[in-house]
Amino acid sequence: MREKKPFKDKLDRRSFMRIMGTSLGIGALYSVVPALGGASAGDFFASGVADFLKVRNGEAPSPFTFVQLSDPHVGFNGPPDPLGTQAFENAVAMVNRLPRRPDLVIFTGDLTHDAPTRDTHAERMKLFRSIAGRLRVPMLKWVPGENDAALDNGVLYREFFGETSYSFDHRGVHFVAIDNVSRGRPEVGADRIAWLKRDLARFPKTAPIVVFTHRPLFDLKPEWEWFTSDGDDVMNALAPYENVTVLYGHIHRKHVHQTGHAVHYAARSLIFAFPDPATAGDKKPLPFDKTQPFKNLGIRRVEAAGEGQPELNVADVELSVREFSGTSGIQQMIKGGSSEDNE
Amino acid sequence: MSKRKWLAGVALIAGLNCTAIGWRHAIASAQPRVVKITAEKFQFSPNEIDLNKGEPAVIELTSKDTTHGFLVRPLKIDTDIKAGQVTRIEVTPQSVGTFKAICDHYCGLGHGNMKLTIVVK
Repeated sequence: MREKKPFKDKLDRRSFMRIMGTSLGIGALYSVVPALGGASAGDFFASGVADFLKVRNGEAPSPFTFVQLSDPHVGFNGPPDPLGTQAFENAVAMVNRLPRRPDLVIFTGDLTHDAPTRDTHAERMKLFRSIAGRLRVPMLKWVPGENDAALDNGVLYREFFGETSYSFDHRGVHFVAIDNVSRGRPEVGADRIAWLKRDLARFPKTAPIVVFTHRPLFDLKPEWEWFTSDGDDVMNALAPYENVTVLYGHIHRKHVHQTGHAVHYAARSLIFAFPDPATAGDKKPLPFDKTQPFKNLGIRRVEAAGEGQPELNVADVELSVREFSGTSGIQQMIKGGSSEDNE
Repeated sequence: MSKRKWLAGVALIAGLNCTAIGWRHAIASAQPRVVKITAEKFQFSPNEIDLNKGEPAVIELTSKDTTHGFLVRPLKIDTDIKAGQVTRIEVTPQSVGTFKAICDHYCGLGHGNMKLTIVVK
């Protein structure tokens, strides 16, 4: 039995990255805004973190948005979703129609559906890149899901998408991609966790950090394989940092969970949805409904409002038929109206 | 040798034999029960096993093809099953119930269907 080290929950009033969920139609849309809870944004900037980030990144935290897309499973075409890549393509079109162009789009795994042969899998990866390439955004980032990288330890994935764990800075926010699939098991591995600690060591404890990964880094539903065996070790490495947001996929449904300072957000998929683990006995995809072909699929946008604006605003957007009606969902967002369905 | 001594000798030998048999029986019953499970894409065979609460058992896991996983979080079991090796897990269930074991080492497109039921009586 592998030892599970308990993660020490440390609740603190201060939270740099606060995500406010807003559900609309196909994915997840984010705003990045410093949020300090009980402290003021002025305190944050007075604390020197902004100056530090300015030195590190050449700029202080400033307003921007990014989008999370997850689990398009390119190549899948079965009863739970006979429309194949249609939801993914609609999501790309939706992102391109956003009134405010996102700085980046992050994909949280299962870009492709696993394939019986390497050649077929490579074709699916090419198709994914072709569709993702239509996104009119400056930057695309991704992490693998088990369908992309678990059978060959990520060899083919790396040929198409590069390294599976990495980090980068953007407008004062530190982003970390963590691979928890390519060893076959749901685990990150001691070497990657050591790398994570080294990567984070240069930042002050109040630095805004966005982690993106495929599987949940906590025990959401182990019997459905919704966990990472050494997720507690990852979260212990992140525990000293006060403003951590974890974005992940894998579970094909929205979910929000807090451990210590970190808030974990699961995104909808772009292929089919799984049921609520609290009420469903089995992990079976929700059946396809031809009258609502994109129900439960979606994107997520995150908005960072930047200096002096203490909020990270997350809007989940469902790809529903009504979304195309012009009266709700992304249409509202395009019109500048408020979105709905906060969770 | 008197008849009395002869009978005492016979009784002693018989008693020693009985004791030895009893020891052998006791030793045999102290051995944990062995339950063998074979994994292959994408199933466990058998797909249901019974264990007894408080009784030590050894689960012997083998794979016919590739590396599989065997996860039963309530019984604190989490191991890989590598092809060509026998993986032995000692377990003494502490509570009755029905528990699901899953393969948690991705093994292909039917991976999600690899499940096994453990009934602890």
